[in-house]
Amino acid sequence: MFGEGILKGLAETARNFFGSYVSKDRLTTVQFPEQRLPQIEAARNFPFLVYDGEDWQQGMRCVSCFICEKECPPKCIFIEKSTDKKPDAVGKPQFYPKVFNIDVSVCMSCQICVEVCPFDAIKMDVAFEHSTNNRFAGLLWDKKELAKPNEYYRQIHPIEAAAVDAALAEERAKVAAKAKAAADAKAAAIAAAAASTSVEVATEK
Amino acid sequence: MTLSMFQAIDQIDQIFVTSQHRLVSDLPAEFQSISSAILSVIAIVLVFALLFAITTVLERKGLGRMQNRYGPNRVGPCGFFQPLADGVKSLTKEDLVPRTADQLVHFLAPVLLVMAAFLAYAVLPVGRNMVLVNLNAGVLYFFAVGSLVELAVFMAGWSSRNKYSLLGAMRAIAQMISYEVPLVLASIVVIMAAGSLSTVSIVDMQASYTGIWPHWFVFTPWGFAGFALFMIAATAESNRSPFDLPEGESEIIAGYYIEYSGFKFALFFLGEYLGMFATSAMAITLFLGGWAAPFSFLTWIPSYLWFFAKLVLLILIFIWIRGTLPRLRMDQLMSFAWQFMLPMTLLNLFVAGVWHFMPAGIVRWLVCIALLVAPAILLSRSLKQGKKFAVRHYRFAE
Repeated sequence: MFGEGILKGLAETARNFFGSYVSKDRLTTVQFPEQRLPQIEAARNFPFLVYDGEDWQQGMRCVSCFICEKECPPKCIFIEKSTDKKPDAVGKPQFYPKVFNIDVSVCMSCQICVEVCPFDAIKMDVAFEHSTNNRFAGLLWDKKELAKPNEYYRQIHPIEAAAVDAALAEERAKVAAKAKAAADAKAAAIAAAAASTSVEVATEK
Repeated sequence: MTLSMFQAIDQIDQIFVTSQHRLVSDLPAEFQSISSAILSVIAIVLVFALLFAITTVLERKGLGRMQNRYGPNRVGPCGFFQPLADGVKSLTKEDLVPRTADQLVHFLAPVLLVMAAFLAYAVLPVGRNMVLVNLNAGVLYFFAVGSLVELAVFMAGWSSRNKYSLLGAMRAIAQMISYEVPLVLASIVVIMAAGSLSTVSIVDMQASYTGIWPHWFVFTPWGFAGFALFMIAATAESNRSPFDLPEGESEIIAGYYIEYSGFKFALFFLGEYLGMFATSAMAITLFLGGWAAPFSFLTWIPSYLWFFAKLVLLILIFIWIRGTLPRLRMDQLMSFAWQFMLPMTLLNLFVAGVWHFMPAGIVRWLVCIALLVAPAILLSRSLKQGKKFAVRHYRFAE
């Protein structure tokens, strides 16, 4: 009919207009700063450095192998290696980063650093409110700003963190077993040496 | 009702008129008329600028609700101070002028647009005895001033020295001129019936009652058709959705005012809305009885309140339509203007003549309705038949 479509459309918008005052289900907008939706597991923004335990310097997993620095496409990572060594996540003595900087104004959140890290030391964060009033200083994050505990990682990416934790635990067990075997072998060698010397002493007599 | 009550009602109705007289009566005689005119101009500028602010927030909230959103709800109670924030924002923004632009014309275009929009209010009676000038060619003056807007639009498009703004201006001009024809023709029926071009006498003629029913022109077949045609043409004339192709905010950003920023951009918005209010107010004056109450027992409510109630109602309908209809294509717009609107307005003139010369009664009603409805349906059918709906094949894009 003449003008029927227009009337149908007008009825539809009127229904939406009044319906939005009656039923709250229609208004799906989340009033952001006050209301927040839970972060989804796959969300990612900028990288951070994971540390185990309480002390962020002792527990840092990074061994300053420079792989992430070399792989980073926009070259936003800067690492300086230490001269001394400290035990890493699985207990082996390793170098650690004296300086670890990420320029987040350059970072493009590609996650390549996370993919290439063989030590599970760098992971993607989900925090996104990083506005600063300084154009340069506020966006260059150093080692201290980047360090976040493993508990935080478990909280933001639970499934991924569980897999990493399991792998690390296995690795730690292996290292511990190896160390134990080495210690046993050493003890046995010492015992054997002691026995042989006593035999030698005996034969000399 | 006693006489004193009538007097009290009359005093409230005329409160602005008498207070204006009292304010200027102390001045020397030679300054009285000019200062009373200045007072009226200040009142018009303030009231309609305020109405513009209220309309922007109502429109944004209304459109939001129609799309199941909240709309602005941050500034002030329920977001009603949003226009203040917008005003501060547009005032503090950088005013960019293209280096190759015609500086003077680029500056003058928004000023002329707003000025032309305000000039139209001079002849609009917003209440009983509340009109700035009672010109005996008021309607003619209104349309003459309204066509200044086209000049301002083309000045904006031309002076920006930008091909997009020039093309946008050309589209806008084509649309405005095309729809000015049916706009004027639709209002001629009222001039025929009233026998006057003065807006004040047109309203006076409608401000009487038979029983409780008013003598508005919209309650006649030709008046109703004329009102509908006038409102469609007014929508196109003020570049409102669904005829908002000159602006086309979702595809061509801003058309002729693409090179404007800051407060000049806000002035274009102001001019556009003022034009919409002015044409709506003209529709009220011509067809909806101006400041007259819709029923005889409601005449105790002051006349200016009735005028603004009708104006706000028309604005809400504009917002409702904007939230509903998608934008027309340029060819649809043009063919609608010349192939449907123009024949219908001409036919409406004829029907108004038939109405005038037939004796009053039910037969006159039936004849006039039949004379309007049958051609409208036949015309829209025949226009539809010319169009074939088929899958389009693009030569190079496949």
